[in-house]
Amino acid sequence: MADAATIQCECRLEKVNKIYQIGGRTVSALTDINFEIQSGEFWAIMGPSGAGKSSLLNLLGCLDRPTSGNFHLCGQDISTLDDNGLSELRLRKLGFIFQSFHLIPELTVRENIELPLFYLDRNSSRNRQRAQELAVLVGLDDRLRHRPSELSGGQQQRVAVARALANDPAILLADEPTGNLDSATGKKIMDMLLQLNERGKTIIMVTHEASVATYARRTLHMRDGRIDFFS
Amino acid sequence: MFYYFIREIKLGIKNLLLHGLRSLLTMLGMVFGVGSVIAMLAVGEGASREALQQILLLGSNNIIINTVKPADGGGSKSQVRNNLSMYGLLHDDVDRLVTFSSIEKIVPVRLLSKEARLGKQSIEVRLVGTLPAWFDMVGRDFVAGRPLLDADEKTKANVVVLTEYAARKLLAGHKSIGQYVRIGGNVFQVVGIVRSRGGAGGTVKVPDQTNDAYIPLSSMNERFGTIDVRRSAGSRERELVELHQILVQVDENTVEATARGIRAMLERFHTKNDFLLHIPLALLKQAEETKRTFNIVLGSIAGISLLVGGIGIMNIMLASVTERTREIGIRRAIGAKRKHIVGQFLVETVVLSTTGGLTGIAVGLLIPWFISRLSGLPTVVTPLSLILSLAISMAVGIIFGLYPAIRAARLDPIVALRHD
Repeated sequence: MADAATIQCECRLEKVNKIYQIGGRTVSALTDINFEIQSGEFWAIMGPSGAGKSSLLNLLGCLDRPTSGNFHLCGQDISTLDDNGLSELRLRKLGFIFQSFHLIPELTVRENIELPLFYLDRNSSRNRQRAQELAVLVGLDDRLRHRPSELSGGQQQRVAVARALANDPAILLADEPTGNLDSATGKKIMDMLLQLNERGKTIIMVTHEASVATYARRTLHMRDGRIDFFS
Repeated sequence: MFYYFIREIKLGIKNLLLHGLRSLLTMLGMVFGVGSVIAMLAVGEGASREALQQILLLGSNNIIINTVKPADGGGSKSQVRNNLSMYGLLHDDVDRLVTFSSIEKIVPVRLLSKEARLGKQSIEVRLVGTLPAWFDMVGRDFVAGRPLLDADEKTKANVVVLTEYAARKLLAGHKSIGQYVRIGGNVFQVVGIVRSRGGAGGTVKVPDQTNDAYIPLSSMNERFGTIDVRRSAGSRERELVELHQILVQVDENTVEATARGIRAMLERFHTKNDFLLHIPLALLKQAEETKRTFNIVLGSIAGISLLVGGIGIMNIMLASVTERTREIGIRRAIGAKRKHIVGQFLVETVVLSTTGGLTGIAVGLLIPWFISRLSGLPTVVTPLSLILSLAISMAVGIIFGLYPAIRAARLDPIVALRHD
């Protein structure tokens, strides 16, 4: 594993608003969001459904741009980036873990893990080696040739974690990583994330389970598109 | 980039194999489009090549002037004396043609139908009285012996050049060169045997025929007289035809102008319309024109069938984009740029259409082969048609794959991720 602690990447939001246009109606998803995430932190974002957790995560994941306000990630002003620039940032700095794993069913475990490297257009044999290492890290090195459908939920999520780590990202973004798992498997995944955080990876996780949020060192509570309080 | 590309192609093939039947059905449009185009082109090319070959046998820089019997049988006015019809090309015409500066060679020809005989063997020959230049102009290979010579013409020698066919019929079991044969009551010595190309009975009249026997023109007029007497059903028919044919070789670039000049000149002296001009170059141009028309028709058919094939591919790819929306979202979230998504889908369509095109080529090679075997029609598959159809099928893949691919790339990653 490359040492993630060396990668400094802060996340700073100032007066960020996000407004969606839905069928002529304007919906304010995020209002006046101000906060900072330092390198190496482990954040949980909590709140009832509709509070704007996903909108915030999409923003932090560079899948979306704020309607107004400043959002700096790794020293870059997101609002100045175009679609290509956002993709580039996701490719090089971010790793995603989703609630429903989002593995590509047609690809094998190895190919799924290699996917980000594929877009980085790296040398093939090094990619294989890297996929191998990551599979060892998540304990699935005996499943490299399997399809996602042949794995259990917990195994699939571990593949997803390995994939998220493939590009050695500065920040791991997890959207309800244990939402589709039973509590025992969920705990394993959370332990894995905690371990990664201890090795220096910044983790931002959306969850509505308080037990999961306890893994994080800091928690941001949201309500009606605003930051309710920190804990 | 290379690694990326190879993997894209591999992934594309994998995705297409995943929906094997669907991909196969989608490809069928391309297969039959390309296949039928190649097959039709092969048949067309075969036919036109045959026509062109026949025309080229005449020589593209030659003009052939033939005597034709006028509608009233040449028996009008003072031309009729004792059942004698006079018509056709004259030695004077040859003299007048000599003044044309663009004409390089002139070969007058007189034809008689005679029986050739050697012992018990006999054969009806077309006796051709001509000059040595005939052999230069018609340009057939000699199997044995020599052509007629200027000396033969001067001395009115009784020498004959036979065609291979006539020689085989007549000289079977005898020595060939030097053999004496009896033609229409006169004895001629065989000096040469020439291969003949005529008698194919195509659309184009080649100057020579398979049953020709060539003798010097002067000898013909000396031995057989200038009046041809034919007996048919009790009545005698007498014809005075000085020349049946004049072959003219012209400078390649002035064929048409010279032909116009010759026609104008002949029309002035021949009020009876007893000649006909054959211009191989004009026929050649006509044949090429026909071929071009044929190709345009074919091109349109090909265009339509490939359009249909392309639409089929586009249809399937649009469905595939919808089906794989979530995959697109995942790839985008991981960091794939729009161009990567476009590339992915484009590669898939091109693989699909190219595979279709290749299969179509196989079909297009098989069909002409069957046609040739079953009907005997000549078919020619040109390499160009193969390369062209492959290129076109790839282009179809790109053109009709571009819209679905761009649509896939334009998807909002957030929306695409939520899709199920």
